[in-house]
Amino acid sequence: MKRVSLARVLLTVVFAGMLATPAIMRRYASQRGESASVHTDCQSAISRYGFCFEEVSKQAGIDFVHEAPVLDPKLNGIMPEVASMGASVSIVDFDGDGWPDIYVTNSRIGSMNHLYRNNHDGTFTDVAAQLGIADVNRPGTGVSMGAVWGDYDNDGYEDLFLIKWGKPELFHNDGGKGFTRVTESAGLPPWINANTAVWLDYDNDGKLDLFVGGYYPEDVNLWRLANTRMMPESFEYAKNGGRKYLFHNLGNGRFEEISAKAGISSRRWALACAAADLRGTGYPDLFVADDYGVSELYLNDHGHFHEAGAETGVGFAPKSGMNASFGDIFNQGRYSIYVSNISEEGVLIQGNNLWVPEDGSGLHYRNMARDLGVELGGWSFGAQFGDLNNDGNLDLFLENGFISASRTQSYWYDFSKVAGGNSSIISDALHWPPFDGRSLSGYQQKKVWINDGAGKFEDVAQAVGVTDRYDGRAVALADLWNTGTLDAVVANQRGPLLIYKDVVAPNRDWIEFDLEGTGSNRSAIGAQVTLFWSGKEQVQSVAGGNGFASENDRRLHFGLGENPQIEKAVIRWPSGIVQTLDHLTPNRLVHVKEPA
Amino acid sequence: MNSPAVAAPQSAPPPRVLWKTLLDSRFTPPIFITLILLVGNLSFGILESYQKTLLAIGVSIAGEMILGRIFLGKWPHPSSAYITGISVGILLRSPAYWTYALCAALSITSKYALRFRGRHIWNPSNFGICAMLFLASDAVAGLSIQWGNNFASLIVIWVLGSLILWRARRFHITAVYVVSFIALSLVRAHITGDPWQSEISPITGPMYQLFIFFMITDPKTTVRSRTGQCIVAFTIALVEFFMRLDSSIYAPLYALFWVGPAALLIEMWLDARRKRAAAPFATLDPAPARP
Repeated sequence: MKRVSLARVLLTVVFAGMLATPAIMRRYASQRGESASVHTDCQSAISRYGFCFEEVSKQAGIDFVHEAPVLDPKLNGIMPEVASMGASVSIVDFDGDGWPDIYVTNSRIGSMNHLYRNNHDGTFTDVAAQLGIADVNRPGTGVSMGAVWGDYDNDGYEDLFLIKWGKPELFHNDGGKGFTRVTESAGLPPWINANTAVWLDYDNDGKLDLFVGGYYPEDVNLWRLANTRMMPESFEYAKNGGRKYLFHNLGNGRFEEISAKAGISSRRWALACAAADLRGTGYPDLFVADDYGVSELYLNDHGHFHEAGAETGVGFAPKSGMNASFGDIFNQGRYSIYVSNISEEGVLIQGNNLWVPEDGSGLHYRNMARDLGVELGGWSFGAQFGDLNNDGNLDLFLENGFISASRTQSYWYDFSKVAGGNSSIISDALHWPPFDGRSLSGYQQKKVWINDGAGKFEDVAQAVGVTDRYDGRAVALADLWNTGTLDAVVANQRGPLLIYKDVVAPNRDWIEFDLEGTGSNRSAIGAQVTLFWSGKEQVQSVAGGNGFASENDRRLHFGLGENPQIEKAVIRWPSGIVQTLDHLTPNRLVHVKEPA
Repeated sequence: MNSPAVAAPQSAPPPRVLWKTLLDSRFTPPIFITLILLVGNLSFGILESYQKTLLAIGVSIAGEMILGRIFLGKWPHPSSAYITGISVGILLRSPAYWTYALCAALSITSKYALRFRGRHIWNPSNFGICAMLFLASDAVAGLSIQWGNNFASLIVIWVLGSLILWRARRFHITAVYVVSFIALSLVRAHITGDPWQSEISPITGPMYQLFIFFMITDPKTTVRSRTGQCIVAFTIALVEFFMRLDSSIYAPLYALFWVGPAALLIEMWLDARRKRAAAPFATLDPAPARP
């Protein structure tokens, strides 16, 4: 009897301890991140973290504010949700002057896209209208959702593919002095409701091909809806989205759609994609992050794809994929993949995914987002890997925030009510309660996770000056002023374009590579640089679009830390040529032309 | 969602062959919920991961065995703890492992720590999940999304679940709740002006499939009389109705959290009052002892 009484006391204590466990863990976690959550001055941030950001859009002469789409009035009740994308940013040196320029999209019918030419003095000038790529959101043609740049005809100038809900557009770059619309002659389809595309040379024939991922089905005109049954049939298992396209470059200015022939067939709701050689085959593989479902990984078998999401581990648990970016976060010569999803305290904790390749034969990934501390990022959208403090480790910049409206009223209850329902309910927009000015995961703090190189990321966004609370969509990284640091350009939905200028501790070195293909495509998309320095190794590849609705600077940036000893850089070109560069010195941009 | 919807037999069962053992009423609900889980996961990947669900099941069964041995002096039948663990694995959504272990441990421990007159009054998994949603909302969420997207899977689960409950003579509980929910949904749509489909929507989702077939029918934490069970089912729907008007996302779980124990306490109070009233007569004319 006495033993049972003692046991009962112990049980009560243990039970109380269990009830207190979440509070203890929360306190521990908040204490750990406390110092990084306070905004300090730039010098303090530099001394503590090695860098800080200064928002300089006004000084740079940029006052762009994104305008959201206004769709069919039948969708008025949930317009904030269906019209929640379109802000995008891509970095391109369109005139070949060696300085990165910025292209941003607008999404209201009649609104203008902007191309900000770099004036080399810290300022930019919008030249989109005079070059013919501003007025691209005309009535009857849909609106812009993003843009990717690639030199499809190998003439030395980057051409523009405009991703739209509507008529996709291809513009040929006429020597950096103007653009010619070549959509019809290129053979592109009349209408795609897409949010993502990537340039890649999938068959390594030296000519850039183009993948486009549909979101809404292509027979839906969002401005003239036949009916309101255009929503996803499920929150996690939807397969009623837009089709996918793989446009094979025929080399005469024309493209042939060959997705089915190449093994790509899906109607999942694609939101982001990225391409890189994940297996060392010499051919680019294709990762597609899908909203309302699992991600897809198309492995490239010498020009033919097979979908391997489930077998590689990345395509099993369905979430709300909204980003795809690659980064060698452990400096092991292998890419991890970051996919953003939704997390809202107490409502929906999907958690972002950081897919890290596992050792052993075959390609298999393990989600280590929680272990590394990059799991919870709110309603996450675009993310990019880059060495923000030049310490030799890739950091992660994440945008988030879905709909910021009322500060006091949330739509989450209504959202969860319908999102869990049967397809016949969820798929009809008329079944969704109206927003009535409420927010849905709005006013969120951004994440700037710095990589300590030992398996942990720490969020320092507030401390280093990324303090805005706009509804972030796309982020692109570029050395805008050729100073050896990675600046961040952020496109916000219904918000201003922000330029975060990166200020890095002066004792940290860097090196950048600007590649030009000859036998390979001239943009060098798919070329891979492995840098060996001070006993470390890091791989990066040239991309034709990645993240969410974004494209980084084509040049590859490597942070090196203090007093680095560069051993060599090995470049593997898409043509198969392997080139080794010795005698490299830090703190310079290295121009490399593919050897014959 | 702890004990099977079918009450355990009172006396030790005679020796049986395997298939007869599988038909043992104590195994029916575990087999049913396992089938739901396996079909759902193989078809749609409904689980966060097998490992997390197995962790919840393991912690749940281990906890039940240890606590049962200490406090009841016997090894409990594992089916109840199995259902608790599997329910936690399905209903809890979290990227972390510790949340599954803690939720399962809380659920089982609540059976032994929170007792009134020798009876546990909270449905264990309902307690565990509500506790986690209250206390660890930064780390967990409830299952609020869909499994699959067609009526076929929904109908199969509803038909199978209804048949099992019918056999267990508890179908009336589910029926009263479902009818009440639908009727009150229409009232709610009228009040809020939202589409009625959006108010009906939750009951077509997976959380409700588990809620109506396993949680509110749990024999250990429901009242005994058939009328009482119907009243409790309606009351849960009514409390949920008001909570939903207040935009509570996990309204059904919270409604059961409050109504379930309250109903049991009222039943115990009524029983005690009846016993007290019958006591003077019992001494004069004692009832014959049960065999």
